[in-house]
Amino acid sequence: MFTEPLLSGITLGGIYALIAMGLTLQYGVARIMNLSYGESLVAASFAALWLFTAVSVNPLVGLLIIVPLAALINWLIYQVLLTPLVRRAANRDALEVDSILATFGLLFVAQGIMLAIFGGNYFSYDFLSIPVKIFGATVSASRLLALGFAVIIGLTLYLGLTRTRAGTAIRAVAVDPVSALLVAIDVRATAAFAYALGGALVAAGGVLVSMFLTFNASLGVVFTMKALIVVIMGGVGNLLGCLIAGMILGLTETFVATYIDPGLTLAATYIIFILVLLLRPQGLFGVKRS
Amino acid sequence: MSAPLLSISGLTRRFGGLVAVDGVALEVRPGEIVGLLGPNGSGKTTVLNLISGALKSDGGSIQLRGRALEKLPAYRIAREGVARTFQLVRVLGSMTCKENVIAGLAFGPKSRWGEEASLAAHQLLVRVGLASRANVMTSELTYIDQKRLELARALAMQPELLLLDEWLAGLNPTELRDGIELIRSLRAEGRTILMVEHVMDAIRSLCDRCYVMNAGRKIAEGTPKDVLADPEVIRAYLGDADA
Amino acid sequence: MSARNLVIVLALAGLVALLALVPSVANGYQLSLAINIMNYTVLATAWTLFSGPTRYVSLATVAFFGIGAYTVAVLGEVLAWPLVLLIAFVIGFMLSLLVGLSTLRLSGVYFVIFTFGLAELVRQLVTWYEVNVTRTLGRYVFVDITTEQIYWQLLALAVAVFISGWLIQRSKLGLALRVIGDDEAVARHVGINTTMAKVVLFAFSASFMTLAGAVMAPRWTYIDPAIAFNPVVSFQVLIMALLGGVHRLYGPVFGVIPLALLFEFLLAKFPNHFSIMVGIAFLLIVYAIPRGIVGLIEGAQLSLHRLKGAKA
Repeated sequence: MFTEPLLSGITLGGIYALIAMGLTLQYGVARIMNLSYGESLVAASFAALWLFTAVSVNPLVGLLIIVPLAALINWLIYQVLLTPLVRRAANRDALEVDSILATFGLLFVAQGIMLAIFGGNYFSYDFLSIPVKIFGATVSASRLLALGFAVIIGLTLYLGLTRTRAGTAIRAVAVDPVSALLVAIDVRATAAFAYALGGALVAAGGVLVSMFLTFNASLGVVFTMKALIVVIMGGVGNLLGCLIAGMILGLTETFVATYIDPGLTLAATYIIFILVLLLRPQGLFGVKRS
Repeated sequence: MSAPLLSISGLTRRFGGLVAVDGVALEVRPGEIVGLLGPNGSGKTTVLNLISGALKSDGGSIQLRGRALEKLPAYRIAREGVARTFQLVRVLGSMTCKENVIAGLAFGPKSRWGEEASLAAHQLLVRVGLASRANVMTSELTYIDQKRLELARALAMQPELLLLDEWLAGLNPTELRDGIELIRSLRAEGRTILMVEHVMDAIRSLCDRCYVMNAGRKIAEGTPKDVLADPEVIRAYLGDADA
Repeated sequence: MSARNLVIVLALAGLVALLALVPSVANGYQLSLAINIMNYTVLATAWTLFSGPTRYVSLATVAFFGIGAYTVAVLGEVLAWPLVLLIAFVIGFMLSLLVGLSTLRLSGVYFVIFTFGLAELVRQLVTWYEVNVTRTLGRYVFVDITTEQIYWQLLALAVAVFISGWLIQRSKLGLALRVIGDDEAVARHVGINTTMAKVVLFAFSASFMTLAGAVMAPRWTYIDPAIAFNPVVSFQVLIMALLGGVHRLYGPVFGVIPLALLFEFLLAKFPNHFSIMVGIAFLLIVYAIPRGIVGLIEGAQLSLHRLKGAKA
């Protein structure tokens, strides 16, 4: 009995970690606090749904189409909509407030478009929902597959950031944009790249989530919230922190849903958030900022 | 010898692996002007930040007239009677000079408000030589005037201990002379001052005693003349003679 | 009081008296429009009361508004009306203290994020309670309050918000908030308990929002969590305040009136694309007029002034 929620908690946690990694890139590197983040996820879910039901493209193949497309769209959003804000912002706080406002507007536009196309109904589709037995517990194959992909994508990202030149540039910008400029890193291009990469990650998350969760056009806000909580809990810019915090959130939600009440999962999410804010505002693995 | 106003012992603060302040001890007696010297990055400003509560210490004690400050938040320390200026001058940009000073009067240990505060603010502006600029927005002030204003705001709190963080830095020779005069006039009033400073002329002419820090530690203390002649201090500033 | 101030006070009193006469001349549609404008005036001004000086963006307006509405739905038939309003006020105050104390001592982003999800959390908790405890999702609001009375109560609330805002601006709290808005480190070092100042003001602002929700509740005969906690309300309040200008207490009014009319029009013409339209309007405001209409006017006045000065 116990292994079943544990397994589904781990799969959910893995997905949350993946989603939060994208946000930590957008916020930690590009300094954009993106409130329309969850809308990108839901849009990717809808794209996967459409590809699967209308043109019968397998969601895993769909990843190959949707992820690059999401990267491109997010890159364009950064160049067209966010660059003017970066230019006019006097300091980091001003950019944060401006980006919160702008992406809050984007949220309503994106949500409105999806509502206009798909309405407010919940959607899901049947892909690999074959029960699989592991350690005596049953999990659907699609969940396991999603977790597998989340691990591969997360690991690739981690290695990319720590082992490559471009990854080092991204980390440098995250730590100190001014000094990064001094060592000839094109900060704005790097920020745009990080923002696009974040968009690609969340789109991947959206496709994977669509394989086993029901979703609707107004679910984005909830995913944004969860991603933000994971990012803060793990410490902004900390990928490993994302993984652990994502797991904590996924497991808590699943256990609350299984043993207490499915209607209280969001409340549980919030309680975790409040506890983190009160006890360790710098994140579980963050270092106190001077 | 009178009891110390400020006494610090074992003060320590780490930033990650770096120990910015390492077991520092110092004392300031009432009415003294004490200098805190040392090369860049030696931890002087961090010490001021720890005293004023801008940063929390990792160990050691800070006492003002025997009252422990190290656990208090910055606003409580301010109300205990510690006022400061900042290394990079910080005036309140959306306000006039007078309002800046009233900000110092209204919330301090001897809070003043209304007509009384308005009068006191005027007197303080006269004191630092900004009387004619009372209703000017701070963003229109020159650098030296911003520094004067910051000092007026700190004095408005009637502090028992005034912390000056490189208040004289970046001034031209005329301004520097005026600045030194201004601080000297504070001594005449009986103010107690702990100042971080690089300007040697100012240190020689103003400070009763000095502490010198290097790499987070205290390396010398004494009169300005003695510490500036101390071989270890010279080494800290200039490196080894044969290097 | 100087003669100029006396004139201003008399003019404002006259304006309030005129506004109080609106129900006697307006038809049903006009009155409902007037109620809408008055409601958003209260909400946007209450929002500005806190967010203007502190520059913290609160996205939780509807959380408090909805709590007010629900208080009426639950207690409206049981208790006397003033008592219901008082309870709504107390609940809003307590909740905002809780939110403020857990988020306002940290950097602004935490506050934004927290308020961003707060309405959603409250909505889910209310839904959970209704489904599991009362076993019905919606409630009927049967309170003996006429449409005219709702309008007058909102007008009174608007006057109360403006007077409190004016008093706060003149108080030490008002100065403390301006110092915090300029430089929080300086604020702490001149002895301001910055967290307390922000929390108190946030609680004030949120209590007004809660009261507005309570007063508005009888407008609907039926409410459910999706109606009471509709996130579009928070969004509209934010955009109205920003359009008007948040650095003056009266700024939001300049955003409320045009946008309330625009939204009315959009809702009638494009009911299915409303959220897209509002989103685009919002983006236009953020990009084109970041300091709001009042900021634009003051900017124009200043450059005119400088022009004259240069000529003279």
